[in-house]
Amino acid sequence: MAEVTKLIHKYLRHDKRFPHVWCPGCGIGIMLGALIRAIDRTGFGKDEIVMISGIGCTGRLPVYVDFNTLHTTHGRALTFATGVKLAKPKLKVIVIMGDGDAVAIGGNHFVHAARRNIDVTAVILNNSVYGMTGGQFSPTTPYGMRTTTTMYSNVEQAFKISELAITAGAAFVARGTVYHAKVLDGLFEKAFLKRGFSVVEVISHCHTQYGRLNRMGTAVEMMEWQREHAVTVEKAAQMTGEELRDKFRIGVLVDRELPVFENEYEKIRAIAKGMPTK
Amino acid sequence: MLKTVRSVSIADYAKSGVLILPLLSSRKRKAEERRGKTVRKKGQERLLQGNEAIVEGALRAGCRFFAGYPITPATEISELLSVRLPKVDGTFIQMEDEIASLGAVIGASLAGVKSMTATSGPGFSLMQENLGFACIAEVPCVVVNVMRGGPSTGLPTSPSQSDVMQARWGTHGDHPMIVLCPSTIRECYDLTIKAFNLSEKYRNPVILLVDEVIAHMREKIILDGDKPIDIFTRVKPTVPPEWYIPYEDTPTGIPAMADFGEGYRYHVTGLTHDTRGFPTSRPDEVDAFIRRLFRKISQNFTDMQMGEVFQTEDAEVAVIAYGCVARSAKRAVIDARERGIRAGLLKLNTIWPFMRTQVEKILHTSGCVIVPEMNMGQISREVKRVNKGTAKVFTINKVDGTIITPQEILGKIREVC
Ligand SMILES: Cc1ncc(C[n+]2csc(CCOP(=O)(O)OP(=O)(O)O)c2C)c(N)n1
Ligand code: SF4
Ligand SMILES: [Mg+2]
Repeated sequence: MAEVTKLIHKYLRHDKRFPHVWCPGCGIGIMLGALIRAIDRTGFGKDEIVMISGIGCTGRLPVYVDFNTLHTTHGRALTFATGVKLAKPKLKVIVIMGDGDAVAIGGNHFVHAARRNIDVTAVILNNSVYGMTGGQFSPTTPYGMRTTTTMYSNVEQAFKISELAITAGAAFVARGTVYHAKVLDGLFEKAFLKRGFSVVEVISHCHTQYGRLNRMGTAVEMMEWQREHAVTVEKAAQMTGEELRDKFRIGVLVDRELPVFENEYEKIRAIAKGMPTK
Repeated sequence: MLKTVRSVSIADYAKSGVLILPLLSSRKRKAEERRGKTVRKKGQERLLQGNEAIVEGALRAGCRFFAGYPITPATEISELLSVRLPKVDGTFIQMEDEIASLGAVIGASLAGVKSMTATSGPGFSLMQENLGFACIAEVPCVVVNVMRGGPSTGLPTSPSQSDVMQARWGTHGDHPMIVLCPSTIRECYDLTIKAFNLSEKYRNPVILLVDEVIAHMREKIILDGDKPIDIFTRVKPTVPPEWYIPYEDTPTGIPAMADFGEGYRYHVTGLTHDTRGFPTSRPDEVDAFIRRLFRKISQNFTDMQMGEVFQTEDAEVAVIAYGCVARSAKRAVIDARERGIRAGLLKLNTIWPFMRTQVEKILHTSGCVIVPEMNMGQISREVKRVNKGTAKVFTINKVDGTIITPQEILGKIREVC
């Protein structure tokens, strides 16, 4: 407990007016804890870190932490992050997004940041819904589920965020859940230390909107659902497709060396300087 | 700041556009230079396109970051900066769209680098969301909009001036905006530098509103080389980080701005915020904030309003024009004078904040004002708004994708006189 108190004092803003905006029991707070523990372990200084978010319940996270923080427009966090990182490459840029933020309105920026392989960590809290606006369906809402804009049933197919990131070219992709909070610490730590575009998808719950509409119970019951449906990458390798049908994999999904944008652009600067100006 | 051009000689006419100076021997040149005269030096004299002059101006102003998405007629700015920026340790990046471009520009500016983007109508529409962010978070940045015919994809390669109101009010919510408009290649260069200076000084985005004619036209220009010019860079906090109030309400209305990563950890948000940058909806704090945004601009109008008056002292008919139309207007005024009509011109280089004082003066002295524009009447609407019945206001509105000629303006001058 003393350890936790120490971290809270070190990383949460003392001058920010609390209470926070989140519902009691929301998974975002658990993710915030894991983020702080991981940052503390990686040893990045508070001045070195820029935490950037979009709009949504998840997007409210940076206001509470004592870093350079930037709360941008809905879906655009990665574009601002690109500018910050290229202007000052020594900074550690961490982007916090909701599922709607990252793959609906910001979907284009997400795939291009991954393709470009810019040295930024993208953390996406996937609660399968638009929490902040009152529980409308998002691109990660599963088929057949109820939301406030699919009161009969959702007829669209859901995006798989991590798989999308892998296909788009991210250097590092991991998935965790807020139930497996301690595992999450490790995934964040690895992502922060990776050079290139790293993605951590965090499966979470929104019991007040999505859970209520789909009779999924309390926050605790929804976290139990996470425990029952998450399978580690190692275990999944031993399972059949049929066994994995209603499960999702957690752990490091991809960790690969790809050319990092900033390094490549540094080469361009060297070439350009060798050419005469007209 | 109003420049006055008096005589009607061809040399003066040329001065408004082309800078023609005799090439001198190096001894003579040094003597002239000592006397503080502008002299023509080999190598500095260039035949530049408007878009090229904007690039030169941006680099001279200290721009080291550009993010953009290709679009006619602004593309040359991207292409040139992709070559020039890496040479000076700057960064050029082509983003996935214009929303992303302005996002990256704002991010780079927050990290302390002077940043710019360039686009045209369709891209400018996409930028409105983040333009509002730059206003509310008070992040300096320059946005070049080379106007083409609209709405929508419109006339991609034809000139227009129809984004005047969009530049002012395109993003939602109450916000101030600074919009500059060049009508010569020299002004493309000078006003780009001015745009950076104003955005850094007032912590507000500045829009350089160019029309396709000026962007693609070529004129001779003498760049100032290493000559010292006014370059303004944002004021940084001098207090220790724990005393720093990032959105402090100072008498100037312009808070000091810390770069990310320099020890001043603070919060930047698009939500309405208190003086410390934290979201607030307390009516007293919200009101004070919005009023400060306006105050920092409105108490400094004279610093940002630029234009030129030509033959207006005794003018019985005055033309108010901007961009490429101001060139035709000047020719028309000269021709009218030759025919014995006392005509004059007020050229606007600052479109927003609207040059009300100068316009009111012209309305008062001339009694008869013509506003030619390549749109359905966006500035003439403003002129009519400030007219207190002292003058008759006539318009020429051309929306066929072609320029307004001197003959058309002369025709109107003769018609109304
Ligand atoms: C351009 C724009 N469109 C719509 C909104 C309204 N809006 C605010 S948050 C949000 C959805 C957030 O969902 P998600 O990203 O999943 O975050 P969560 O609240 O679930 O954490 C929407 C649509 C907005 N702020 N900006
Ligand atoms: S609405 Fe949902 S996502 Fe938002 S704070 Fe409440 S539980 Fe969390
Ligand atoms: Mg969500």
